[in-house]
Amino acid sequence: MSDRIADVYGTRTPHSRGTVWPARVDQFLDPDVDEADVERWVQSACLLCSNGCGVDIAVKDGRMVGVRGRATDMVNHGRLGPKGLYGSTRWANAGDRLTRPLVREGGRLVETDWETAMGRIVERSKALLEEKGPLSHGFYTSGQLFLEEYYTLAVIGKAGLGTPHMDGNTRLCTATSAAAFKESFGADGQPGSYTDIEHCEAVFLYGHNMPETQTVLWARILDRTRGEDPPKVVCVDPRRTLVALEAERTGGVHLAPRVGTNMALMNGLTRELFEHDWIDHEWVAEHTLGLDDLREVVEPYTPEHVAEICGIDPEELRRAARIFGESEAVLSTVLQGFYQSHQATAASVAVHNLHLLRGMIGRPGAGVLQMNGQPTAQNNRECGADGDLPGFRNWDNPSHVQQLAEAWDVDPMTIPHWAPPTHAMQIFSYAEAGTIGLLWISATNPAVSMPESARIRRILGGDQCFVVVQDLFLTETAELADVVLPAAGWGEKTGCFTNVNRTVHLSEKAVEPPGEARSDLDIFLMYADAMGFTNNSGRPLIGWRTAEEAFDAWAAITGDRPVDYTGLSYAKLRGPTGLPWPVNEQHPDGTDRLYADGVFPTDTDYCETFGHDLLTGGTVTEQEHRAMHPAGRAFLKGAPYSPAHEEPSEAYPLLYTTGRTVYHFHTRTKTGRSRDLNRAAPDAWVELSARDAEARDIVEGDWVRVESPRGAIEVRARVGNVMDGAVFAPFHYGRWEPSEADGGGHPDAEHRQANELTMTVWDPVSKQPTFKTAACQVTKVRSGDGPSPAPTTTASAPVREPADGRRRPRRTEGGGPTSSTVLDETPDYPLDPSTPERGR
Amino acid sequence: MPHLTTYVGLADHSEKTLADSFRAVAIGHAHIADVHHTCRMLADWSDANRDALAPILERYGEADDVDEPERLHAAGLAQTREGEIGLLRDLQDLHVLASLVQTTWTVIAQGAQGLRDPELLEVAQSANAQTSRQLTWLNTRMKTAAPQALIVAP
Repeated sequence: MSDRIADVYGTRTPHSRGTVWPARVDQFLDPDVDEADVERWVQSACLLCSNGCGVDIAVKDGRMVGVRGRATDMVNHGRLGPKGLYGSTRWANAGDRLTRPLVREGGRLVETDWETAMGRIVERSKALLEEKGPLSHGFYTSGQLFLEEYYTLAVIGKAGLGTPHMDGNTRLCTATSAAAFKESFGADGQPGSYTDIEHCEAVFLYGHNMPETQTVLWARILDRTRGEDPPKVVCVDPRRTLVALEAERTGGVHLAPRVGTNMALMNGLTRELFEHDWIDHEWVAEHTLGLDDLREVVEPYTPEHVAEICGIDPEELRRAARIFGESEAVLSTVLQGFYQSHQATAASVAVHNLHLLRGMIGRPGAGVLQMNGQPTAQNNRECGADGDLPGFRNWDNPSHVQQLAEAWDVDPMTIPHWAPPTHAMQIFSYAEAGTIGLLWISATNPAVSMPESARIRRILGGDQCFVVVQDLFLTETAELADVVLPAAGWGEKTGCFTNVNRTVHLSEKAVEPPGEARSDLDIFLMYADAMGFTNNSGRPLIGWRTAEEAFDAWAAITGDRPVDYTGLSYAKLRGPTGLPWPVNEQHPDGTDRLYADGVFPTDTDYCETFGHDLLTGGTVTEQEHRAMHPAGRAFLKGAPYSPAHEEPSEAYPLLYTTGRTVYHFHTRTKTGRSRDLNRAAPDAWVELSARDAEARDIVEGDWVRVESPRGAIEVRARVGNVMDGAVFAPFHYGRWEPSEADGGGHPDAEHRQANELTMTVWDPVSKQPTFKTAACQVTKVRSGDGPSPAPTTTASAPVREPADGRRRPRRTEGGGPTSSTVLDETPDYPLDPSTPERGR
Repeated sequence: MPHLTTYVGLADHSEKTLADSFRAVAIGHAHIADVHHTCRMLADWSDANRDALAPILERYGEADDVDEPERLHAAGLAQTREGEIGLLRDLQDLHVLASLVQTTWTVIAQGAQGLRDPELLEVAQSANAQTSRQLTWLNTRMKTAAPQALIVAP
């Protein structure tokens, strides 16, 4: 029995390069449930990070009582992480679930029935359409809905109403991943595969604290680094994370650039490849465009110059570049340290450049994984509920719009393609001004997760915009809504979702939702019915009633697009493993990695975008794109480094950066309702380096005030592993607290929200907000009476044992018992290049 | 080459007007984060073009007796407008100014070729390319702002 709060990654199963990752089946059941009592195991996939682990849900007496990893699933080979184990099902039985719709009456939210609640929405919606037209409507979704729900909403928004104002909180977590793919390769789509881990000689993690964001994937890497012929790890992160420790252990490098200087670092690495001619000239000539321009852009970035900008040792930069330049197979992974920073898209594209220069893409071990923050973010991108057109179609290409108009049987003019899709921050600005008069938010919590929280609360709480929220709980956002709709969650409805690795999983309904809660799909269908949206033939615009019908309708419009689902069906997904798209006649079992042939979706008539100026976000025109004649070649695009929007000053001398802990997901809506997870990270904290703490007379556990030009928080200090001059705050904690019995009742609940301090500013191309660069000051408020609540297991570990015994942090442990069984015989995984008969 | 001298002066002057106007828009619409930051960056680009031109301006000297292009001197944006429609109009004004800058560089590049002045040619061509990027951003941003500003804004 293992305590997976203390032992986050579980038992090691080390193995050597090029062999199949062994299977290990992890299981958690509620304390009062015996395995023999489980009545049914229902197929699904985990929804608590973007890794997408295959899982079976245990059902007893009509309740979800636990989970077990699916041994045969190619994503996780049976493993689950602490969030998946302890957090998947407990929220479902929480006492504070929303079970009835709520409407605002005299300033208060009161219970009502569905007809009344939906009636109010439809009344407002119709009045706005009449008065101001479709641009008065905005939709803000999530990385938590299912594919069928995104697609249905996309059709409602794009073909029913005709509004370009659709986005998701995927904008906060994954927009840069999509944008970087589009700029380099012409369309969204993960080139690499998790199986690259088994074959790489080196793995580079850029701004990616994988041990806390995707624990099962990190376990997969640990099983290589602790086995024979391990890869070198290179870590780019301003914190001394577990990745950094592994880099030191494997003979790799930890590069800790100053917050906001990623682009300078990337230009330095790129220049080193040119300098040492670590370039595959033949491959580059055949498969890429833009070599000379890139060389010119990076020319000024000598190691010494970069070292000065980034505050690193030039020799370390040279060493990291040498590892990249001399390895035959490098896997790169990228996440929020790049995506939520200044120059996000340009820096992420620079990772692609390194791979393209060395021809290291499309073969086992040589790949790129631009990660996602959320489990269903990929579907939002694919289905077009985030503003993109469904099927990675180009809104600037009339024939792509025509394809959708024909599929939906509507006038192409209805489909809002005449301007770039409106991004989340702009949607909230329109809502602020009241030109969006109806904002519909599903399954997300912007009151906590968006930058500059005070402003977001003002927008949601004001009279200028009618706000609809559908969620599982009365979140900080729902509290501000005009109508609240109770939604069914994971395990209470059926649908599919797709992970970082393009792997599609079916998640079956295991139990009934509580009270009158309905699936998000049913809610959207109810709205469509009530609005009476019809197509050109006078039939209902949405021609489906069930999730499976929605899936089939979606698959039907993906043929001939990179994101090809035509070979997938619910029947096929009820097999032993999820399957990675494209799945079609040519690839009936899916596709492990893209671009094996070095042909990219950049053809002018096929691509998803004509591209952008990486510094300004100005769009490349069709004519300009055609003139370059990309014809399947990838783009090498460079950009000079420019300083962050907000540099430290006398008043705000420190750099503020936000992030995650392994024990929570997003704003804790689910994980905060798992006692095991909540006890592990019960309250907010802020991390300071030992030097910065000492300079302010701050010791472990002291109450400190962290202030930026926009707001302040007062939380306890962890003297930890951030670099000097940087301050780290976890973004999970809003006002909401579980009951005191479940570990709530913290005195700082009203002043601990990390986004009070962040800026309203975003990347010019991906429009992802910059959560990781703001200036701040930290001052001591009063002495603490114990250690800070920060976990000790991960990057938030204390830098050293405090002299004062009372301040010694308690070891983070005490998770309920889970089982973990290493299988004697590893199952066969389709597509896995390590499987002997498939060869390498 | 008195007319080329005049045009070199015009380039310097109109880049300054453009830079000042970008900064005025950055401040006037400071609550629109992307407009604020991008306009400041694009103002710096215009400054950089002037810096690159400075030694040549010195070499050619100031023009004083040719007044025709003076009519081309555009007034900058001293004051910005308010609201979504105001932003749209301000961006449009910037676009007009940037177009003047761009055609000025185009004309100068022609002159520099005729004179076989590689230094001036290099400055004119690289400045022209930067002005194109300014215009592209303005165009993109106007397209984004137009529907909401024209149809829904009060």
